[in-house]
Amino acid sequence: MSIDTVPAAGATALDATAAVVTRRDIQHRLLMTIGPILAALIIAGCILLAVGVDPLAYYGFVLERGLLSPLGIQQTLTRMAPLLFLAAGLIVAFRAGMWNLGGDGQFLLGAVTAAASAPVFVEVMPAWLALICSFVIAMAVAMLWSLVPALLRAYQGVNEIITTLMMTFLGTSLANVLVKLMIRDPGTTVPQTRTLPVEDRLPRLFDTTITSGLLLGLAAIITVHLVMTRTAFGLKLRIVGANPRAAIHAGLGVPNLTIAVFAISAGLAGLAGAVDILGVQGNVRADWNPAYGLAVIPVVFLARMNGFAAIGFVFLLSVLSIGGESAARRLGVPNHFTLVLVSIVLIVLALAEYIDHRYNQSRRA
Amino acid sequence: MSSATSLSVDKRDIVALEGVTKRFPGVVANDSVDLAIRPGEVHVLLGENGAGKSTLIGMLSGLQQPDEGRILVDGEPIAITSPRHALALGIGTVFQHVMLVPTLTVAQNLLLGGPWWQRPKTEELEARVAEITRALGITVKLHAKVSELSLGEQQQVEILRAMVRNSRLLILDESTSMLTPKGIDELGALMRRLVEQGLAIVFITHKLKEAAAFGDRISVLKLGRKVGEIPPERFRALGEQAIVSEIVELMFGKQKDDPEASERPVRTIHAGAAPLLQVHELAVAPTDDAPGLLSISFDIRPGELLGIAGIDGNGQKQLAEALAGQRATVSGSVRLQGTPIEALSVGERRERGLRYLTDDRLGEGTVGTFPVSINFFLKQVGAAPFWRNGVEQRAEIDKRAAQLVREYDVRTPSLKTPVARLSGGNIQKVLLARELAEGAKVVIFNKPTYGLDLANTLASRQRIRNTAARGLAVLLISTDLEELLSMCDRIAVISNGSLVGTVENVGDARSKIGRLMIGLAA
Repeated sequence: MSIDTVPAAGATALDATAAVVTRRDIQHRLLMTIGPILAALIIAGCILLAVGVDPLAYYGFVLERGLLSPLGIQQTLTRMAPLLFLAAGLIVAFRAGMWNLGGDGQFLLGAVTAAASAPVFVEVMPAWLALICSFVIAMAVAMLWSLVPALLRAYQGVNEIITTLMMTFLGTSLANVLVKLMIRDPGTTVPQTRTLPVEDRLPRLFDTTITSGLLLGLAAIITVHLVMTRTAFGLKLRIVGANPRAAIHAGLGVPNLTIAVFAISAGLAGLAGAVDILGVQGNVRADWNPAYGLAVIPVVFLARMNGFAAIGFVFLLSVLSIGGESAARRLGVPNHFTLVLVSIVLIVLALAEYIDHRYNQSRRA
Repeated sequence: MSSATSLSVDKRDIVALEGVTKRFPGVVANDSVDLAIRPGEVHVLLGENGAGKSTLIGMLSGLQQPDEGRILVDGEPIAITSPRHALALGIGTVFQHVMLVPTLTVAQNLLLGGPWWQRPKTEELEARVAEITRALGITVKLHAKVSELSLGEQQQVEILRAMVRNSRLLILDESTSMLTPKGIDELGALMRRLVEQGLAIVFITHKLKEAAAFGDRISVLKLGRKVGEIPPERFRALGEQAIVSEIVELMFGKQKDDPEASERPVRTIHAGAAPLLQVHELAVAPTDDAPGLLSISFDIRPGELLGIAGIDGNGQKQLAEALAGQRATVSGSVRLQGTPIEALSVGERRERGLRYLTDDRLGEGTVGTFPVSINFFLKQVGAAPFWRNGVEQRAEIDKRAAQLVREYDVRTPSLKTPVARLSGGNIQKVLLARELAEGAKVVIFNKPTYGLDLANTLASRQRIRNTAARGLAVLLISTDLEELLSMCDRIAVISNGSLVGTVENVGDARSKIGRLMIGLAA
C-alpha cells in the first residue's frame, strides 16, 4: 500500500482502513461515554442512599416526570430550546479556544431585552415581526455586553475566563436593576416586566405545549456545527483555538476573529434568553436567574464540542432537570442534585479518559 | 584523543557517561556521547542551542532516561530515575531560570523539600549555611525575601541549596545568561572556590569567552554529538586566545568524516538582474526576551541564495518574522520586485510571493491535531478551489493534498493522520510543500534542517537548491555553517541584531565567517 507507486489503489485502501478505524472509533467512543454515565448513576445512587433516599425511586421519578409522562416529555423538550442556543454559543467559543463563561449574564440581558421590547413591538407591528425584532435586539445587547472581554482579550491578552465571569455578575445585577427600576410592569405589585400575551409568543408545536423555540435551537446548534466543521470561517476559528501562534503565522487576523467569536457566542446566549422569554416565560421576574449557562458548560465538554452529540446531552440534561425538579419535590432531595449528578458524570468521564490514555500508552510501550 | 581518556572508566570520575544516546520524535538529541566528570574540575559543556546540552543535563538530573548507553556514578552503572534520586546521589542542578519561590524568604526556600511531618530545622540550617558561606567567602541574607534579591544573589542561593544538600556534582545550566558582567565574574570566582573544595562542576554555556575563562576541561557538542574535548593539561598549555580559536575550529570547523559536506556546484547569477528582494535599513525594537534588529540591509537577486550565519539567538528569528510580516518593524523598507511591502499583512505578503518557512514546525508551522491534508492549506484557508463561498471542498483538498504528498514524498499513514504524529522530517516536507507551492518568488528558510536526520537533511537541502535554481530569491538562515557554505552564494553574518559583514562564498570564506561570528573583524 504505497502512495507513490499505485496512487489509485493506495487511495482506496487508505479509505477502507480509515472506515474500519472510524467504526471501531465510534464504538469505543460510545463505550467511553455510556460506561462512565452508568458508573456515575451508581455513584450518585450511593449518595442518595447515604442521605436516606431510595435511589431507584429517585431515578424512577426522574424518568417518569422527565421522559415518560406526556407532560414531562413536553416540558423537557421545551426546556431544551434555551439550552441548545447556549450550547451552540459555547461550542463556537470553546472550539476557538476562548472560555466564555459569561453565558448567564449574556442570557439574562438577552432575556430582559426581549421581555422589555416584545410587548412594545407587538403594539405597533405584526406579532411575527415583533418577535424577530425582539430576537435581534436581544442578540445585539448580549453581543455588546461581550465586547469588553472581547477587546481586552484581543488587544491586551487579558484572560477572558476572569473578565467574562466578572461581566456575568455585573450582567445579572444589571438585568435585575432594569427589571426593578426601568421596565417594571406598573400593573402588578410583584417586580416583573410586562407580560407578553400568550397568543403573541412563539407558536407551540402542533397540539402540544412544546415551544417552536426547540426547532430554532436545533437549527442554531446544527448550523454552528456545520459552520465550525465545514467552512473556512469555522476552520479559521479552530486554528486560533488549536494553535494561536500558527494562526498568526498563517496570517489570520486573530484580534478580529477573537471579537467575532465573542460576538457569536454571546449573541447565541442572548438568543437563548430571548427564546425562553418569547416562547415560554412571557416576562422576567426580578431575581430570576435559572443559571442555565453554567449547567450547559459540562454538557458541551461531555459532547466534546460536537454539535450533534451536544443535542443528545442537552436532552439528557433537560430530562434530569425537569425530572429532578419534581423528584426533588416528592422525595425531599435538593433541586441542585441534578447538577451534582452531572458533575459526577463529568468527573467519572475524565477519569475514564485518563485510564484509557494510560492503558493505550502501556499497550504501545 | 578524547575517546581514549573518557572511555576508560577512571576511578576519579564522580559521574561518567558512556555512549549515551537520547532520541525524541524526529530528532536525535544526543548521539553516543561520552563524558567524564571529575572532582576539582570545572567541566564546560559548550554548544549552540539545539546541540543537546539541555538533554544531557536532563539525563544527569534524572528528568530523562537515556535510550542507549549508560551513566556511571562512582564507577557503578546506575539509572537516575528522578530529580530526587539525582539529589540523593549528590548531583545538584541549578537551572537556567531561577527555581525559587519569590514570595518566601531564602531560609524558607532552602528548607523546602524537608519531611512534611517535622518542624523545619531552622537553627540547624543556619549553622550549616554559615559554615558553607564562610568557606566560600560569600554572604547570603537568609531572612530576605527571594524577590528582593538580584538575579546573581538568587543564583548564589540556588548554589547554596545544592551545597546544603551535600551535592558532590553541581550542574550550572546557562547560569550566566541572566547575569550582569560583574555577576558573571563573581560566579566564575565562586566556581573556582567550589572546585578547590573538591566539588565537580559542569558548567553549560554557549559563550566561548566564559568557557575559556572559567573552565578546566571543555567538551564541545554539535548537533547532539561530542565533537571534541580539551583536557586540562592542554587547557593550561594554551593561552585564552589560542583556546578560543581551537574551540572555534571544533564548533565550526570542517570534519573530515562529515557526510553532509558536499561541494557547491558553481552557478552563475546574472549580476545585472534587478533584485527580487531589497531590504533597506530594517529595524525592530528589542523585547524582553529577544534582541531587536538594527538597520539591516541586503538585496537578493533572482536565483541567488543568500545565507545568514550567526550564533543562535542573535536576531535570526526576528529578521525572518519581520520580513514575513509577523513582527512589527520600527523603520526601514522591504521591497519585493521593487514594490514596497513593509506595510502589508502576513497574508498579503504571501499573496505576492513572499514565503516564510518557519523553524518552529509544530509550534507555529502546523496545527498538530489537524490532519495532514488541512495543514497543507493553513495559509490558504478560504481560497478557491479548496473553499467555495467559504464552504470546504473536501474532494478538492484531498486531491491536491494527495498530489503534494506524492510530489514531496511525505511518508504518512493517511491524509487524515494528525500532522503531529509524523516525524520531524515529514512535517518539514509538509511545510516545504506548502511554502514552495505555486506563486512563490522569495522564500525565507529558517533553520530548515534543524533536528532532521541525515536523509531528510540532504533532501531538504536539495529542495532549497532547486528553489534557487528555478529563479527564486532564497534567504537561508542557519546556525550550521557547513550548510551555508555548501549552498549559499553569499553569506551575511548576524550578531546582536545587526549584519556585521557579508562574505562571498569563495576561497577562505569559512574562516572569515568564523571570525565575524565571534566578533573579530573579517
